[in-house]
Amino acid sequence: MSVESDNMRGTVSTARSRPAVLRHVPYFIAAAVLVMLAASMQFDGYVLNILLQATTFSIAVFGVSVVLGLCGQINLAQAAFFGLGAYAVGLGTTDLQMSYWLCLVAGCLVAIVAGAFLGMSTLRLGGHYLAMVTISFQQIMTLVMINAIWLTHGPDGVSRIGRPSLFASSQSYLAFCVAALAIVGYIVWHLPDTKLGRAMRAVRDNELAAGVNGIDIFKTKVYAFAICAMLGGLAGGLFAGGFAYVSPDQFSFAESIVFLTMSLLGGVASPIGSVIGTGLLILIPEWLRFLKSVPGLYLAIYGLFVILIIRFMPEGIWGFVTAGFDRWRTKTKAPPAVKPLQLKPATTGGDIVLEVKGLSKHFGGLKAVDSVDIAVRRGGVHALIGPNGSGKTTTLNVLSGLYKATSGTILLDGTDITNMPPHQRTAAGLGRTFQNIRLFRSMTALENVEIGAERSGNTMIGTGGHAALTERAMEALTFVGLGNRANELITSFSYGHQRLIEIARALAANPTLLLLDEPAAGLNSTEKLELHELLKRIAAQGLTILIIDHDMTLVSEAAQHITVLNFGRRIADGESMAVLRHPDVVSAYLGSE
Amino acid sequence: MDLVLQLLFTGIGIGAVYALVALGFVLIFRATNVVNFAQGEFSMVAAYLMVVFAVDLGWPYWLSFLIALAGMALLGMIFNLGVYYPLRHRSYLPVIIATIGASILLANSVLAIYGPQPQVLQGWFETPGIQLGPVYLDSQYLLIIAVTIALVIFNYWFFEHTLLGKKLQATSQDKEMASLLGISVSTMIMITFIYSAVLGGLAGILVAPILFVSIQMGSTIALKAFAATIIGGFGDVAGAIIGGLALGVIETFGAAYISVPYKDGFAFLVLVAFLIFRPQGIFGERVAEKA
Repeated sequence: MSVESDNMRGTVSTARSRPAVLRHVPYFIAAAVLVMLAASMQFDGYVLNILLQATTFSIAVFGVSVVLGLCGQINLAQAAFFGLGAYAVGLGTTDLQMSYWLCLVAGCLVAIVAGAFLGMSTLRLGGHYLAMVTISFQQIMTLVMINAIWLTHGPDGVSRIGRPSLFASSQSYLAFCVAALAIVGYIVWHLPDTKLGRAMRAVRDNELAAGVNGIDIFKTKVYAFAICAMLGGLAGGLFAGGFAYVSPDQFSFAESIVFLTMSLLGGVASPIGSVIGTGLLILIPEWLRFLKSVPGLYLAIYGLFVILIIRFMPEGIWGFVTAGFDRWRTKTKAPPAVKPLQLKPATTGGDIVLEVKGLSKHFGGLKAVDSVDIAVRRGGVHALIGPNGSGKTTTLNVLSGLYKATSGTILLDGTDITNMPPHQRTAAGLGRTFQNIRLFRSMTALENVEIGAERSGNTMIGTGGHAALTERAMEALTFVGLGNRANELITSFSYGHQRLIEIARALAANPTLLLLDEPAAGLNSTEKLELHELLKRIAAQGLTILIIDHDMTLVSEAAQHITVLNFGRRIADGESMAVLRHPDVVSAYLGSE
Repeated sequence: MDLVLQLLFTGIGIGAVYALVALGFVLIFRATNVVNFAQGEFSMVAAYLMVVFAVDLGWPYWLSFLIALAGMALLGMIFNLGVYYPLRHRSYLPVIIATIGASILLANSVLAIYGPQPQVLQGWFETPGIQLGPVYLDSQYLLIIAVTIALVIFNYWFFEHTLLGKKLQATSQDKEMASLLGISVSTMIMITFIYSAVLGGLAGILVAPILFVSIQMGSTIALKAFAATIIGGFGDVAGAIIGGLALGVIETFGAAYISVPYKDGFAFLVLVAFLIFRPQGIFGERVAEKA
């Protein structure tokens, strides 16, 4: 299964400058005006109900946009989480006579716990598991709502649900819900620019690359899922207070599909899209009431909508609008010139930065790597070479934690990293690039490099504020010669330049050891020369490099020390020139007579 | 003890249906790397086709059966062209969502046409069943088990001993290489969808006389079948069959000894237990990511 998720990415967000307080004022003024309008305009009951439904549903759809749009994970049980919040408020304020606020909080908590539990049991596995498990969870919740009559009152539902005395009238309650929508919307809108939000987008774009850039993939997904569930619970609680009555059919699988369709239609990656989609899918059925007279017809049309949107408008209405808008907007200028990049690799350990002992990786009976020893000296360039299929890339994947070693130990600066997941190795000081480039393709060059800079343990970004991250990322991009194009999307760069961005992403993290997996592959001769120059400048700053490549000119000129693999075993090791003349190496490459 | 034997028989019978649908899941997954969430609706649509021809129009059972299967082949074809094929170069997520959309579309179109009342379909045989010692063997259950065994054997022969089967296997393992060898990948995928739709349809027609023919039967069966594939080990044919049988038995015993209303919940509990303690299933999914 490909981890490269190429197309559920929704609106492309160009790097926004650090949100200043001033930039937020218009949003809050607009929100305040809306709340005032909701509180003061005299709606009739029908309009009020529609507005209340649209407001609460939008909050639930925000949840879907976080988990699906931002993190690329599917949730087909949003109606169940919505139901958990609704029943918490419903049963709490009636049977238990508890305060509305307490019930609302309890509903959110129950939803978070359920969401986190579901996520933790499934999110290590592929997306299809998550889809099925959430559908199953949805069905179970419906079964419980209908059959656990002692708790939920069964199919009759719960009526006469309470509201806080402060918002006793429907009008004031609507204003309260609009205020909640504005606050949650604000948070969801700015989530992509936070550390967690960047991690989610990185996971969505390329899981493997996210892992080796220091992101805890599993934790990020569970957070996304829990946030989605919580928003569902909150929305449900608000809904129950608003309509004063809940019953199991309001929280069925069909409703989960409605939430999904709303999110997809409006634009899965943006809260504005969520509101548009929700509004439309609440209003359209009201306009086309005749559709409701035939049971099923209306959901059948939703199903058709889903297929058509995915096929023809994967970024939804809002994505479509903003894409058109972006074409007319001048490109945001790259941030101004910066200080030269400083690499200060940690120097806590001894002379040997990376010590690999007896490393093996077996795939069934195939010994891809067979008890290999490597010792990489601090401050040098060490090359790992070998014919095709000799186990070089497998070795690199075991070193960076993408494969689990069958046996052997790996010490990085004296720390045993043999059994760590990729993100912990990155925190311990490992950086790497990939043979087949793995960048976060929906982001700009700058954002890619920022994610690298954000690794925990990076001493070069101070307290890790956004300004420091941007500065560090700009330094790294300028170092590889692409500083002036920082705000362009990855897709607009040539292959060679994407390579350089990947190197910049690794450098920004200020690693102790840099692993380069065939950096010269696919480059033309000019680009190879530039790469060679770049490697020299990196090495000049004392960063240790372990490089794999086929280009013997590059390897023999850049590396002081070479290890040669063949059929998974180490056949030579030592100073470059001596190794290249070694008879075993010559016969491995050229064949023997 | 008599009850246990009786439940075991019933469980295996119902499990065989899950196994058939699970087999359809696995075949499509292996050919396209996506899970078809509308697999259960194939069963539902086939059962309704039987109701239309055998009950409403009163045509002979065997003729209705053939027409229903032909209809399923056509549906598999349309499904591939309309849902999977346009998205074949996209990642799995859009495809999953599209198949979910298709599932909603199919189920609710049938609802719009036929209304919510469950329909009744007679079994194939006139004789209701035979008494064997303490166990009563219902003829429809016997038929289901027999057909499942026959299909598993056919499946094995087809994939291991025919050229077409080998081509299908080659396509599912490496599309690029298969196309370089002159295999038409799109034809192979088309055949896979048709075969899976027919398998799903067959399961639906077989199980219809036991359950009612209803709109929900598709999603219910699909969930069980999916759970079966996970229990067996995702992508593994033998695993899907064993998983399906195991699930049928667990569920039947659960309904008899624990709770009837929550019968459909047991599959989920077993599923979650497997996901937590043995996510690779009984036989193990082959998972290795190339960096």
